[in-house]
Amino acid sequence: MIFMMSCMAILVGRAVDLQVLNKQFLKDQGDMRQVDDVSVSAYRGMIKDRNGEPLAISTPVQSIWVNPRELKSAPKDRVRQMEKLLGLSDGKITGLLKEDSNRQFAYIARRVNPGYADQVKELKLPGVFFEREFKRFYPTGGVSAHLVGFTNVDDIGQEGLEAGYEKVLKGIPGSKRVIRDGRRRIIDDIESIKEPVSGKNLDLSIDQRIQYLAYRELQLAVEKHKAKSGTLVVLDAKNGEVLAAVSQPSFNPNTRKNLKESLYRNRAMMDVFEPGSTVKPFVVAAALDGGYVHPGEVFETNGMLRVGRRLVRDVHNYGTMTLTEVLKKSSNVAVSQMALKMPPKYFWGLYDKLGFGKVTGAGFPGEVSGSLLDYDKWHVFEQATLSFGYGLNVTALQLARAYTALADDGILHSVSLLKRDEDEDMRRVFSTKTARRVRMMMESVIMKDGTAYEARVDGYRVAGKTGTAKKAGPGGYLDKTYQAVFAGMAPASDPRLVIVVMIDEPSAGQYYGGVVSAPVFSKVMAGALRVLGVAPDKEDTMPILLTQKPS
Amino acid sequence: MKTETRREQFQPPSALGNILRKLHIDIPLFLTLVLASMVSFVVLYSAGSQDTGILIRQAARIGLAFTLMTVLAHINPYQFKRYSALLFGLGIMLLIAVLIMGQIGKGAQRWLDLGFFRFQPSEMIKITTPMMIAWYLAEHSLPPKWKQLSIAGVLIIIPTLLIAKQPDLGTSLLVASSGAGVLFFAGLSWRFILAIIASLAALTPVVWHLMHDYQRGRVLTFLNPEADPMGRGYHIIQSKIAIGSGGIYGKGWLGSTQSELDFLPESSTDFIFAVFAEEFGLFGCLGLLILYLLIIGRCLYIASQAQDTYSRLLAGSLAFTFFVYVFVNIGMVIGILPVVGVPLPLISYGGTSIVTLLAGFGILMSIHTHRKLLPN
Repeated sequence: MIFMMSCMAILVGRAVDLQVLNKQFLKDQGDMRQVDDVSVSAYRGMIKDRNGEPLAISTPVQSIWVNPRELKSAPKDRVRQMEKLLGLSDGKITGLLKEDSNRQFAYIARRVNPGYADQVKELKLPGVFFEREFKRFYPTGGVSAHLVGFTNVDDIGQEGLEAGYEKVLKGIPGSKRVIRDGRRRIIDDIESIKEPVSGKNLDLSIDQRIQYLAYRELQLAVEKHKAKSGTLVVLDAKNGEVLAAVSQPSFNPNTRKNLKESLYRNRAMMDVFEPGSTVKPFVVAAALDGGYVHPGEVFETNGMLRVGRRLVRDVHNYGTMTLTEVLKKSSNVAVSQMALKMPPKYFWGLYDKLGFGKVTGAGFPGEVSGSLLDYDKWHVFEQATLSFGYGLNVTALQLARAYTALADDGILHSVSLLKRDEDEDMRRVFSTKTARRVRMMMESVIMKDGTAYEARVDGYRVAGKTGTAKKAGPGGYLDKTYQAVFAGMAPASDPRLVIVVMIDEPSAGQYYGGVVSAPVFSKVMAGALRVLGVAPDKEDTMPILLTQKPS
Repeated sequence: MKTETRREQFQPPSALGNILRKLHIDIPLFLTLVLASMVSFVVLYSAGSQDTGILIRQAARIGLAFTLMTVLAHINPYQFKRYSALLFGLGIMLLIAVLIMGQIGKGAQRWLDLGFFRFQPSEMIKITTPMMIAWYLAEHSLPPKWKQLSIAGVLIIIPTLLIAKQPDLGTSLLVASSGAGVLFFAGLSWRFILAIIASLAALTPVVWHLMHDYQRGRVLTFLNPEADPMGRGYHIIQSKIAIGSGGIYGKGWLGSTQSELDFLPESSTDFIFAVFAEEFGLFGCLGLLILYLLIIGRCLYIASQAQDTYSRLLAGSLAFTFFVYVFVNIGMVIGILPVVGVPLPLISYGGTSIVTLLAGFGILMSIHTHRKLLPN
């Protein structure tokens, strides 16, 4: 009896020890196990086009992780069912359990569609946990993929504007205090410690309708001409906003797996090419503005021009040409004659002012500057070839931007990928008179006997210039590899849009800019003008339906 | 009989009391057992996350147990004495059968599948061992001689080892203590008890060597639970936290966060005392211990009033076993004893243990209500 009483006394003593003396410590320990702070992921900002159409949106998804130690006791058939639901190979999870049985955390699926996650929840497996995350979804798929870019599995921008505007788009994760149960599941929220701050939305200058049109036409052309790649840029000639910028080949940012890095290249801003004859209008304009030629001047040519010890050639012997005919026929000899009249510094200043050799500042990560040699390193032959677009490298965006100077009566615009009201960084490069005069000359290129009749648009006057440049390779220019370029604007009377099309290595027989790239220009320009509701300025070629006034 | 009838007239007439007396029920013991069962329902409702299914199953088990208790209370203790050896022998045979062809369950062989229900011979042996020892010692003069002690020792060790082999450390401990209880009440000298304790201590390394890995782990965990807080030490740490956070007054019924949120494992079964302590605090614990002491006290009183040696030894042993039950379970939950699978008697959910326990109380009642009253 005494023995039993003393044993009971021991029990009571211990109870007093725990419940009175150590109460606070044990209570705190209990709270420590139940109460926990967890981070709350912030909503990443949307990327939208200029009309508010979403190009990148974040949708809530579930990520699933397991505690292998707890999962061991789960019924095998239900584990298999989970593998099936998540598209994992048979035995993958069991393998994970064997691998390291002391591990207490392993993701088995990230960013699962909430529907599937709910089905996995239904299986009620021990040691399986869910975490809310956001998944990036790109509704326009490959159309804007190069521009918008994509994020990685941790929701951090990796390419394109997603990477370039990471700081703007990403929010600040918050945290909240929760109650967990013994299996580490979250039972209840107690309080929010810090609200997550959502990222800001990005309003692009892109017009998704034009972007789609450009994407489709470029894709068709690249396929048709069996080209290596291609790019197309549409600029608003009035304020420099980029309305469309597409590249081929493209990729689907929603389902990218095992893709080559080269597919991610935004060729409008990261690939350079020699602009070829598309720079000739600038040379003409500069020569006119500087007084080195006068509008009525005629040029005597015989198909070739000796410069130093080398020859500049034309495709044919064009004989005597007016200034307009120089552009219409795209005479290398005549523009070389003009260029050689100008002092190198003045001629270099033209290209420099147009922004060649410098990044445009559009804000695209990885944008390249191209190259333009300094005039004090020029030889006389280089001064000649630069006038017909050899010896410098430009991006399609740089070329399009330079064309705004001709399109907006001599004003060169800065370019922007973000929507904006007006261009605060524009400057005059040519006089109004010269710009208008050159534009008129460029309209002749789109005449029946010009080099790019294919670029015409019904109902609108179009001004433009073709370029067909041989590609440079190791040891000189390569035979039969060309880059077909067309740069133009419409309506020529008061241009609203500038479009540059570049198709790299067309290999289906045709390679002239006027044949390969000009038709793409025509279709995209026609569609874009219609989308924007630009008034026609050439009624005689308008389709009958459009000219008829409603009665 | 006459004296008893006369005595009844001095007490307030009670219809229920009459019925219970006719049923050979001992009222004080019966009332404390009913009270304990009520406590069990109250705590289980909270520990089992308010699942009424658990309550219904527990009620069914308790009902069965009370029925068995009533039946056993009716049987004359003489009959128990007569069949002691036979029942013990049957129990041992069943234990061997379990070892040979017993069904594997939870890594331990404990059940015999009889087709319609599963039977645990180790539960039966908990009662038949003290019966056997009491019978054997009662046949000889007390206090027992060395020869009888050694034979009794062998009789205790056989079932103990058979159960330990299953392996079921908790039950084998209870069987051993039920046998030891008989020896104790037979008037063992203190010298002898000390000698046993000393020899057990000397045997420790041997026992350690024979133990299963998980049993060794439990002992190590008991010595230092913080060594593996998320593994082996988890039970005991969570249990201490639950008890400690109850404080003096407790968190109130259904207020135990540690078990409610699944932090406390086995909260309905072996660790139910932790839930009770968290909800009802130090005062609740004291109350429960007092209730247990009342039950034990009544059992010891019955032992002291027993009229023959066999009855006295058996009653004393059953009281002692019940005490060991309480002490080992609570000691384990509050962290002063290693974790062995012993439920909190009358309170824990499930197990056939409650049936065995009440069967034991039935025998006690039988002993008390079948006394041949001497005329005053």
